[in-house]
Amino acid sequence: MSFSKGSSGIKKYQLIRVGFIILFVCLLQACSDSPLNNPYPKKDATANILYSSFSARPKHLDPIQSYSSNEYAFIGQIYEPPLQYHYLKRPYELIPLTATEMPKVTYLDKKGRVLPGTVAVEQVAFSQFDISIKQGIQYQPHPAFSKDSNGNYIYHALTKEKILSLTSLANFKISASRELVAADYVYQIKRLAHPKVNSPIYGLMRKYITDLDDYSATLKAAYKKQLEKNPQQLYLDLHQYDFAGAKVLSRYQYRVTIKGVYPQFMYWLAMPFFTAIPYEVDKFYSQPGMKKQNISFDWYPVGTGPFMLTVNNPNRLMMLERNPNFRGIAYPSTGTKEDQQQGLLNDAGKMMPFIDKAIYSLEKEGIPRWSKFLQGYYDASGILSDSFDQAIQFSEQGNAGITPEMKKKGIKLVTATNSSTSYIGFNMLDPLVGGKTERARYLRQAISIAFDYEEFISIFRNGRGIPAQGAIPPGIFGYQQGEEGINPVVYKWRNGEPVRRSIDEAKQLLEKAGYKNGINPETNKPLLIYFDIAGGGSEDKSFFDFLRKQFKKLNISLVVRNTDYNRFQDKMRKGNAQLFMWGWNADYPDPENFLFLLYGPNGKAKYKGENAANYANREFDRLFEKMETMPNSPERLQIIKKMTDIVRKDAPWLWGFHPQDFSLFHSWYHNAKPNLMAHNTLMYKRVDADKRTALRKQWNKPVFWPIILLVVLFLVALYPAIKMYSAKEKFTHQ
Amino acid sequence: MFAYISRRILYAIPILIGVNLLTFALYFLVNSPDDMARMHLGAKYITQEGIDKWKTERGYDKPLFYNETEQSYKKLSNTIFYNKSVKLFLFDFGNADNGRNIGFDISERMWASLAYAIPVFLVGMLVYISFALLLVFFRATYVDLWGVVLCVVMMSISAIIYIIAGQYLIGKILLLVPISGYEPGFSAVKFLILPVVIGIVAGLGSSARWYRTIFLEEINRDYVRTARAKGLSELRVLFSHVLKNAMIPILTGAVVAIPLLFMGSLLMESFFGIPGLGSYTIDAIRSQDFAIVRAMVFLGSVLYIVGLVLTDISYTFVDPRVRLN
Repeated sequence: MSFSKGSSGIKKYQLIRVGFIILFVCLLQACSDSPLNNPYPKKDATANILYSSFSARPKHLDPIQSYSSNEYAFIGQIYEPPLQYHYLKRPYELIPLTATEMPKVTYLDKKGRVLPGTVAVEQVAFSQFDISIKQGIQYQPHPAFSKDSNGNYIYHALTKEKILSLTSLANFKISASRELVAADYVYQIKRLAHPKVNSPIYGLMRKYITDLDDYSATLKAAYKKQLEKNPQQLYLDLHQYDFAGAKVLSRYQYRVTIKGVYPQFMYWLAMPFFTAIPYEVDKFYSQPGMKKQNISFDWYPVGTGPFMLTVNNPNRLMMLERNPNFRGIAYPSTGTKEDQQQGLLNDAGKMMPFIDKAIYSLEKEGIPRWSKFLQGYYDASGILSDSFDQAIQFSEQGNAGITPEMKKKGIKLVTATNSSTSYIGFNMLDPLVGGKTERARYLRQAISIAFDYEEFISIFRNGRGIPAQGAIPPGIFGYQQGEEGINPVVYKWRNGEPVRRSIDEAKQLLEKAGYKNGINPETNKPLLIYFDIAGGGSEDKSFFDFLRKQFKKLNISLVVRNTDYNRFQDKMRKGNAQLFMWGWNADYPDPENFLFLLYGPNGKAKYKGENAANYANREFDRLFEKMETMPNSPERLQIIKKMTDIVRKDAPWLWGFHPQDFSLFHSWYHNAKPNLMAHNTLMYKRVDADKRTALRKQWNKPVFWPIILLVVLFLVALYPAIKMYSAKEKFTHQ
Repeated sequence: MFAYISRRILYAIPILIGVNLLTFALYFLVNSPDDMARMHLGAKYITQEGIDKWKTERGYDKPLFYNETEQSYKKLSNTIFYNKSVKLFLFDFGNADNGRNIGFDISERMWASLAYAIPVFLVGMLVYISFALLLVFFRATYVDLWGVVLCVVMMSISAIIYIIAGQYLIGKILLLVPISGYEPGFSAVKFLILPVVIGIVAGLGSSARWYRTIFLEEINRDYVRTARAKGLSELRVLFSHVLKNAMIPILTGAVVAIPLLFMGSLLMESFFGIPGLGSYTIDAIRSQDFAIVRAMVFLGSVLYIVGLVLTDISYTFVDPRVRLN
């Protein structure tokens, strides 16, 4: 082969021509309107779309089953429960959503007689929640509502062949809507007891909603009978079976009856479990074969909210589009002073939603997600540990701010402390670390002091968290700031801030426990404690080393028992763990939702409850029972303080920390205020699409020269070899 | 040939039963149906009643292999193993533990896997063979020496490094292609360029060395000397004679991989957001979705067996001496 003129090989002019074509295409692309790395269609460049991502496909979109934040990100925008949280106000405040006003609560005695509101809790047998909903609210368009001229539903009796030919809901040509009525809310509550529905809150709600257990048994028997009669009849008409726990009072009013007093039920009314479900859609989805075609509530949610799910491809992207039948809700006009300063009230009174679409792309890995955010292809982002230093810097006072690189891009940082807690628990059933003895308590207190959570947060959370002083996180009634709020067992108040007690104090406590210098007198060796954890990989080695280091301060040997999730859960259920890591996210902003984690009758091993430490203290339990039914008041606060003092002294948990979320937003993204309780936050968000397009173009100019250089270098490197080979060939053929 | 293929298909049945049995036994050795239910139902407010309901809905409420409460053949047939296995052989994968239809998901996701895997396979083969021939062409020169060194270096680097470096360099610094994502149809091209290039580059080291070894073995054969003696150019010798005679070992490695292209790439799909069967399998393993894991292992086994049969058949095309008896 030769590059010389007239040889049979590739002509050098051809190569040069190809090179020029490539160069021309590159230049053409460089001048193009849309950046080469734009992952979205060019036509969407200036559309009023919000771009976000999701990392795991939602398991359920049926509001009776869904119970994860990644699922609520979608269904929270589609379904409307009667209540919602005020977007801006703090502490969190419940306000009506589809309800006309806050539910009216009536107390009844055992005979059903109405009691005055001031009656003692013990006398109350039932609480009735009467909820009135607004008139004229319409559902999103859906084929299940479509009727023919005779008033019969068009798609409620499809043939087997027709169903088998379906690939999506888009196969139905006709869609319709109807008005939201109170019966739809009752229908959803009845679904809690449906034999084919597995709601995660059924176990909890059966304790509260009147006759839910009996209703469940009734439906189970009825469904069995129905299937025996006709196995193809999968739809169970819940209207035929009355339920004492939820009743329709009128077209726009319904009643939920609760056993005893349970004021927290009000919070549940702001969750998708208590949204409205139209029976027509249930009937439509219940046709035999529909589930096999993936046409179900889990794939196609139907609501009255501001958005509807128009693309549900959890393998690639999910798309929410404006519900054409949505009535519109005004942006709040009240907020805090900071909200005013941060421009969060600029849109006050304007009708929402502001955006037309929200596109969520599947993004499993953090690095590409972060890069795409920096390129402007996602409007908001969390911060990876690996990218933390690139994005965040701390001032000398310890305040978090963004780096100059981020500032240059106009990126804003918003931080929020989660309504959650992460802790290390002692199994109170364990003979060594558990129990009510002085010895065990001193041991737990000593470990509580030695375990440096400030260091943990700094190393493993990049400073994103605050050490917990008790079970209740900030933002929840009962949480106290300042000197009054510190845990005196672990901290001292010095120079206006909590300071962890010294290791010497911890050692003194250890000595009092009978373990001088950490030596177990029974074995004459350092005390041995086991820490159980699930699924720790090789990347957790540094964390395990950190754990051992904390215990080593007291000369205690810590053995980390790393096991898989199932075995760990099994140990927890049986009460076989000694120390373990656990956490809790608030269901609603009430102290009861945290303090019940330490309530004796809620013990995990004995009662299968959520009290993972199996802690039990009679006085604490008595106060809890009193506190749980009280409204927020100074009296309730006093009780919470007493309860907190008891558990601080008993130290069943190393109180751990409350995680903080650091979120970054581009300059074109408006009205971002973390609201950890609300689920319908998308409608508040506004984007400036023109600004985004301009900045994307500016930030994403392609760079071609390294590629060209690489090709040239390759050819140059090859040239001597070609010359050499040509010479050899010439020599051979001479 | 028909008899041979029929025989191979019959041989495949016990193999598939064995694979299915092994997958089942291994899975349930470390997981119980209760564990699976807890994993799917989440961590909060779980009751035994909820767990039982979950198991009943999905058919995990029966004994694993042997049902003592039943009579005669039902002792074996009314078990989880029997019920979950029989339909597999009819390619009815049923529903995933999260309720979605597996067959539907596979039919949707395999196109994304193929969109990535076919170019990597075809272009990769072309590049690897060309590069290996180039090294052979320039054997005993600095090109060969440094080419082999480059191959050794490249095969020593983990695939994940190629992915991260490629995304960083091409996607983040040069801004030439989207860093991740996927669109069906022709729009997929811009998303696939980077993973395909990385996929090819990541395999270059080991593949080029393998092919170079094959070609070097051939280049010293008598027929090559004869061809040269006839006055053929070195290019002609390599591409017309050496390549043709090296096809058997090439096909051994290549044809068996063709059906497995459907299965996608676990790593690439995950990093580039390609919604293929590779990421489907990884997700299922992470979420302990046994129905999907079982279906994908079964499908993988079937495709592997198909690949082996295809390899045998392909021998007959490239080597007339081979007969399938």
